[in-house]
Amino acid sequence: MSAANAMSAANGMSPATRVRDDDLFQYVLRMGDLSLVLGQRLGEWVGHSPALEEDLGLANIALDLIGQARLLLGYAGEIEGRGRDEDKLAFLREQGEYFNPILAEQPNGDFGRTIVRQVLIDAFQLELYEWLTASSDGQLAEIAAKAVKETRYHLRYSGGWLVRLGDGTVESRARVSSALESLWSYTAELFAEDAVDRAMAERGIGPRLADVQKAWNARIDALLAEATLDRPLDRPYSWFGKQGAHSEHLGYMLAEMQYMQRTYPGARW
Amino acid sequence: MNALALSDRAAGDADAPGAAARIARAWAALRDVEDPEIPTVSVVELGVIRFVTAQPDGHLEVGLSPTYTGCPATEVIRALVEGALAGANVGASRVVRVLAPAWSTDWITPEGRRKLAEYGIVPPDHSSSSLRDLRPGSRPVACPRCHSTHTETVSEFGSTPCKALLRCRECLEPFEYFKCI
Repeated sequence: MSAANAMSAANGMSPATRVRDDDLFQYVLRMGDLSLVLGQRLGEWVGHSPALEEDLGLANIALDLIGQARLLLGYAGEIEGRGRDEDKLAFLREQGEYFNPILAEQPNGDFGRTIVRQVLIDAFQLELYEWLTASSDGQLAEIAAKAVKETRYHLRYSGGWLVRLGDGTVESRARVSSALESLWSYTAELFAEDAVDRAMAERGIGPRLADVQKAWNARIDALLAEATLDRPLDRPYSWFGKQGAHSEHLGYMLAEMQYMQRTYPGARW
Repeated sequence: MNALALSDRAAGDADAPGAAARIARAWAALRDVEDPEIPTVSVVELGVIRFVTAQPDGHLEVGLSPTYTGCPATEVIRALVEGALAGANVGASRVVRVLAPAWSTDWITPEGRRKLAEYGIVPPDHSSSSLRDLRPGSRPVACPRCHSTHTETVSEFGSTPCKALLRCRECLEPFEYFKCI
């Protein structure tokens, strides 16, 4: 028995899952990183939100996202079969080994900017999870079935706020308009298909991103219309967060998030 | 135990001697396990215990679903369930996580709903799987004190992941609502 097989056997895996599946590992890791990074960002609001109710709202969404990240990273670790669990994956990877889209790591800014970022990602995750409930990968379908319900509620919250702020005061409208304008170019990456996405679609594990984009467009356009906000123009983009190339913001966030495990390796509650 | 029983939990139950009694003892013990955050409701009434079955290897298997993926109570509930089983003379047992179909507030039992209402938390009356509920304020929630439907949502989220905060505009009292999911 090779070392890799011994590790798999120790994890209680069946022989069929011992074949390394790099595409699936990468795919699940990307989704887990999206939830983890966005959840960590939202957590930065705790104690600083404009009102107690929004402190509760953002913290609860953060909690759901971290919960989803735990399931996804745990599964990614099983697929990889090298003994990395959810904690090792979350706390002991370098910036270039994170594969979330760059939109997720953008700083919170003001409440309006956080809401815009949240709407754009909630709508994306909702379409993705809805499709994944019928994935040919059983474990992914189960995680999606759980996550899709939470994500619907997230969009209900963020979408409600987008409408209130967009169709609100001169000040609130100006703030969400400018946030929408500056964050919009990062949304292109969500739908930019690469070899991993194509491989997953061909195996019936994940959706065609063009289909996700179509549904996302319809949902976002309806929300923007209700919020009386103009849809920004699409611009050429060159962001590759899901291939490990990040903006300058992720490193600072990880430094804070990983500090404890880096300083006191193996520390537990 | 034949191969057929492996794929058929019901057959497995009937074949194993004493299994039915062990399963009954397990359910009885689980009915005494309270939700750590809403102690008026048991985990059985909450609908998070998905099944109790006798497995071919002699273990009782208990299926447990999380209410929310990030709910900190999930791990406490698991520990409480394991503790209750250990003290209930059910023999070897194990708790397994069940994600699909995902837990729904539709599975809170009528008794559980009654207890939530008595506790002052308005129970959920429908599932938010409905796309109509993607927008806030789609359906009125009645005040648990004066029963007026003239109420407003203060916050879509409350003190635990499963609750929202509302306020009655007639009697002006705030109250909690168990979110539909």
